[in-house]
Amino acid sequence: MARGPRCVEHARRASRRVASGILAVAVAGCAGSQNVLDPAGPPNRSVNHLFWAMLIVSSIIWVAVVVAALWALISRRRRTREDLEPVVIVPNERHRREVGIVTGLVGATVVILLLFLVYDFTVGRALAERPSRTLTIELIGHQWWWEVHYIDPDPSKLMVDANELHIPAGEPVQVKLSSQDVIHSFWVPNIIGKRDLIPGYTSSLFLDADKPGVYHAQCAEFCGLEHAKMALPVIVHSRADFTAWLAEARSPAAEPSDSSAAEGKKIFLAGTCSSCHAVTGVEAYGTIGPNLTHIGSRRTIAAGTLPNTRGNLGGWIVDPQSIKPGARMPSNQLAGKDLRNLIDYLETLK
Amino acid sequence: MCSRSDQWSVLGGRWSAVSVMTAVALLLLGCERENRRFSENPPTASPTASALVVSQLQPGPAVVRPQVEAPYDDNAWAVSEGKMLFNAMNCSGCHFQGGGGIGPPLMDAEWIYGSEPDQVFSSIADGRPNGMPAWKYKLSTQQIWELVSYVRSLSSLIPKGARNGRDDHMMTKPPESSTPQTKPKMASTPPEDD
Amino acid sequence: MTNPARRLPPNESAVTEPAALPDATPVTLNEDVLIDDARRLEMTWRDGGGLWGWLTTVDHKVIARRYIITAFLMFIAGGLEAGMMRMQLARPENTFLGPDRYNQIFTTHGTTMMFLFAVPIMTAMGLYFVPLMVGARSIAFPRLNAFGYYTYLMGVIFLYVSLFLNMAPDAGWTAYVPLSGPEYSPGHRVDVWAQLVTFTEIAALAAAVNIIVTTFKMRAPGMSLNRIPLFVWAQLVVAFMIIFAMPAVAIASTLQLASDRAIATHWFNPAEGGDALLWQHIFWFFGHPEVYIIFLPGLGFITPIVETFCRRRVFGYTAIVLSNITTGFFAFGLWVHHMFATPIPELGQSLFTAASMMIAIPTGVQIFCWLVTMFSGRPRLTTAMVLILGFFITFVNGGLTGVMLASVGFDKQVHDTFFVVAHLHYVLLGGAVTPLFAAFYFWFPKVTGRLMNETLGKWQAWLFIIGVNLTFFPMHILGLNGMPRRIYTYLSQTGWGPLNALVSAGAVIIVVSVTLFIVNAAMSWRSGLLAGANPWDSYGLEWATPSPAPSYNFLNTPVVLGRHPLWDTGSPLPVVTGLRTDRREVLVTTTFDAQPDHRHKHPTASIWPLIMALVMAELWIGSIFTPWAVLGGVGLTLLCMLGWGWQSTAETDVERVATEGRIVEAA
Repeated sequence: MARGPRCVEHARRASRRVASGILAVAVAGCAGSQNVLDPAGPPNRSVNHLFWAMLIVSSIIWVAVVVAALWALISRRRRTREDLEPVVIVPNERHRREVGIVTGLVGATVVILLLFLVYDFTVGRALAERPSRTLTIELIGHQWWWEVHYIDPDPSKLMVDANELHIPAGEPVQVKLSSQDVIHSFWVPNIIGKRDLIPGYTSSLFLDADKPGVYHAQCAEFCGLEHAKMALPVIVHSRADFTAWLAEARSPAAEPSDSSAAEGKKIFLAGTCSSCHAVTGVEAYGTIGPNLTHIGSRRTIAAGTLPNTRGNLGGWIVDPQSIKPGARMPSNQLAGKDLRNLIDYLETLK
Repeated sequence: MCSRSDQWSVLGGRWSAVSVMTAVALLLLGCERENRRFSENPPTASPTASALVVSQLQPGPAVVRPQVEAPYDDNAWAVSEGKMLFNAMNCSGCHFQGGGGIGPPLMDAEWIYGSEPDQVFSSIADGRPNGMPAWKYKLSTQQIWELVSYVRSLSSLIPKGARNGRDDHMMTKPPESSTPQTKPKMASTPPEDD
Repeated sequence: MTNPARRLPPNESAVTEPAALPDATPVTLNEDVLIDDARRLEMTWRDGGGLWGWLTTVDHKVIARRYIITAFLMFIAGGLEAGMMRMQLARPENTFLGPDRYNQIFTTHGTTMMFLFAVPIMTAMGLYFVPLMVGARSIAFPRLNAFGYYTYLMGVIFLYVSLFLNMAPDAGWTAYVPLSGPEYSPGHRVDVWAQLVTFTEIAALAAAVNIIVTTFKMRAPGMSLNRIPLFVWAQLVVAFMIIFAMPAVAIASTLQLASDRAIATHWFNPAEGGDALLWQHIFWFFGHPEVYIIFLPGLGFITPIVETFCRRRVFGYTAIVLSNITTGFFAFGLWVHHMFATPIPELGQSLFTAASMMIAIPTGVQIFCWLVTMFSGRPRLTTAMVLILGFFITFVNGGLTGVMLASVGFDKQVHDTFFVVAHLHYVLLGGAVTPLFAAFYFWFPKVTGRLMNETLGKWQAWLFIIGVNLTFFPMHILGLNGMPRRIYTYLSQTGWGPLNALVSAGAVIIVVSVTLFIVNAAMSWRSGLLAGANPWDSYGLEWATPSPAPSYNFLNTPVVLGRHPLWDTGSPLPVVTGLRTDRREVLVTTTFDAQPDHRHKHPTASIWPLIMALVMAELWIGSIFTPWAVLGGVGLTLLCMLGWGWQSTAETDVERVATEGRIVEAA
């Protein structure tokens, strides 16, 4: 019982140490390509400011409450060791003062909350604006990959891609979100908050990034077995680079020049690949798997799960279930040479 | 004869044996329906050899056909994957949702090439005359077995627990889990186009 | 007992005019008569022996104790599941649990904690202590109480047998459609979830009805509404919330989801006119009040503990009562804040932002009242008070992140990430579980007659506070660093590894703390220091009867003249006599002023609650496998109701006689 104050002192020191350790880690966690706190566009910047404002005020309030509680427990504690103290009777003037204090604190709470509310509404209104934009992208969620359509008023210019998103910097892009099966959520933390992809609904999200770079988006609504491995890189190009990229991407796949790639193309078409995957310009029209027209230039495969290297691609083709158990892609037992040719072909699909 | 305590201990022994057996039985029954079999190559064991025998007449003494078990008849997840494949591979393009059109109906009791798992496997993998494509180069063995169990579920030949409920699309027919079981019979000739 | 003040504090005198009571001719009771009464009451109210007595008991304390033990076992089970999740997530691309198993484990963790631990244990604390705190011999509907427990137990067994049969639900404790619908969750896993909700919902409703009627109609004479202990007020508000919230989840899960899955209805099928978002609305209309159902009883525990250990009547009784009611009411207007990422109109979302921020005000009021109480009292740092300090440290943090989450723009960034996981655990562990542990330390002597060990207790308390903060604080950072929820693994290049390892290490501390608690409880139950009737010199009526309380709770019904009976009137309390000792009788009083109204013959032990629970269990479980089980089950249930009602009616005997009792002062 006399250990009371010492215990509290120990706890204070320990918690200070933990707090500084946490602060160190926290500061390190303020940058990155999949990070809310590293904004790449104006909307997220304003959300960040709102967050920091709320965090600072909340921290002050938390410290105040904890300090008050500790102070009350320590300064007012019983110093005598008599067994059972009589019950305290609070005189009227003290009681009136207490009423004043509590009323003041409640009033302060109301004022702070109102301020938060007004600030939030201001940020919210700005976020909710529908800016004019030049580019519309449709993002369709599947279990467990992303289908991306780059819309153009000229239907022949429609470009279908998968598992990677390219947008230009400095202008708002409208992303229309829908789902083919269950609820998914598209979330690219650096650029903007998330939006759910709900079957039966088409919702809209405006991406407005001004810092070119490669960011990471990930599915953020539990969608089944491989929800954890349903990511996609979001590449923000400068305007000029984006136009060039889009023009290049719209062109159909070129005929493979080298013989191993040509062999690989035959395997692609004759085997199981073309029943699920499509490649523009080639007789592969499958729609239940991602479009592979640009597989060669993607940074990752399997919806952001693996970097796109020959080894990974080979491993994925032969045994996807060991990488993403439950994914809808079956194992494909291919002989070594066939596999190499197939990978050669896929690499030509830039 | 037995003292009271003996009776109790015998009963206790019996009761615990009964409960253990019940638990084991439950374990064996419940497990397979809910298993998710991700990566495996179920046996194909040349089902095609015996599958082609579609006539019930045999010369000489009757020889019992070896039974090939469908690996996924009890597995609800595999049957739902089969349904996904049925629509994705456009089986519904000819067979519609089991009602038949260009291709024969799959939800009725009449089977031209047999309803046994290996016979259905062969129908899908090897193709059949008059328009059924051969899928064995386009689908993996596991996927074909999933389709086999799904197709059999269309006429409720697999246990109720493994059959699909309704899907999230327009409802064209009652879900397989509510259709009554049929007794398959061989059709003598393919259905005529009218 | 030392001399408690027999005069009331000046600022309380206005509300504590003794209610008008019949002729208060003081009479001193003969001690021999008292002993004789005690013996006869014990014979009337005790349970039968053997297995039959055990199965047929309707004693609210026995049943509440079973609830608490079962729910605590569920806490441990949920904790083990969390431990497995943390082991899997401690390293990137770990292979301890595959995706299928992980999904089942995290779903079972959430379902267990929310449905099988948190709500049952809070209602159980009410079922145990509310009758004692209001001075009643028993709870209002003892057989319904037993039925509620058995139904809950069936639910527990059902879920855990399913877990071992590879049939545990795997779509999250929120089971969003279409993932939990028939197409994307084949098999019966989600059906287990849907029916489990039914079991727990029925048990919660039974408990809620009991608490409301006991509180309104069975209080000690003189305990007007403004003298009801704050613990009881919290339980009362929660009981009303249960009645309004639980039917929503029952409709969503039992009616709609189960029927979509079993008989091809289209509630959530967009292609046939249904709507996937409808599930979210109905579920969260229940789900948000659910977390307040879990949290408000925690607040109810804090007031008596603070009052007792700070030796001061709480500041702001009326403010706290109104806060509880306001929180309970407004909790029903917040649910859309779980859906800010869905395509709902922004104006609607803003309304819920405002409401979600506003609900911090009543909770803040309560916290300020307690702080003031502590400042003007003489605090004593027992284990329970350490845990109350832990409440301030942990819950306030969670409440503040909750206000941050109320903002739509910010929420859209951290919704469905570990930031939310951090927030919800801070508020639930800090706001509900920490006060629950404090309540265990405080009321353990009343239940068992022995004190818990203070040294072990203080260790447990500090370890728990440190463990919770170490485990869940880094999750805020993980969420801001992009880590979504409900993922079974993550890539090492995300950089989430080190913080996750820290989180998993913190979880070990929580395990140690809970183990210490169990050891303490077990040791103390057997060989702790004997506590008397009132070891803490607290003020409530539950402390005016021996520890543990006898089966009949009070020898004679006490009379209450203030909010703090034992402090206002001193011990021994004035009592009302006249209840019969040869049969089970309770005193029913009026709702507002608790004037004695009539004596009511109370039910004896019965096997019907157990039979009914078994029959309904068969109904719900069977309905998963075949819709015909519903018909058969309903028929059997009606038969059970017939049997139960038959027994009840034969025994009922309402005597609306004028109260014969007189106010006496027991010698």
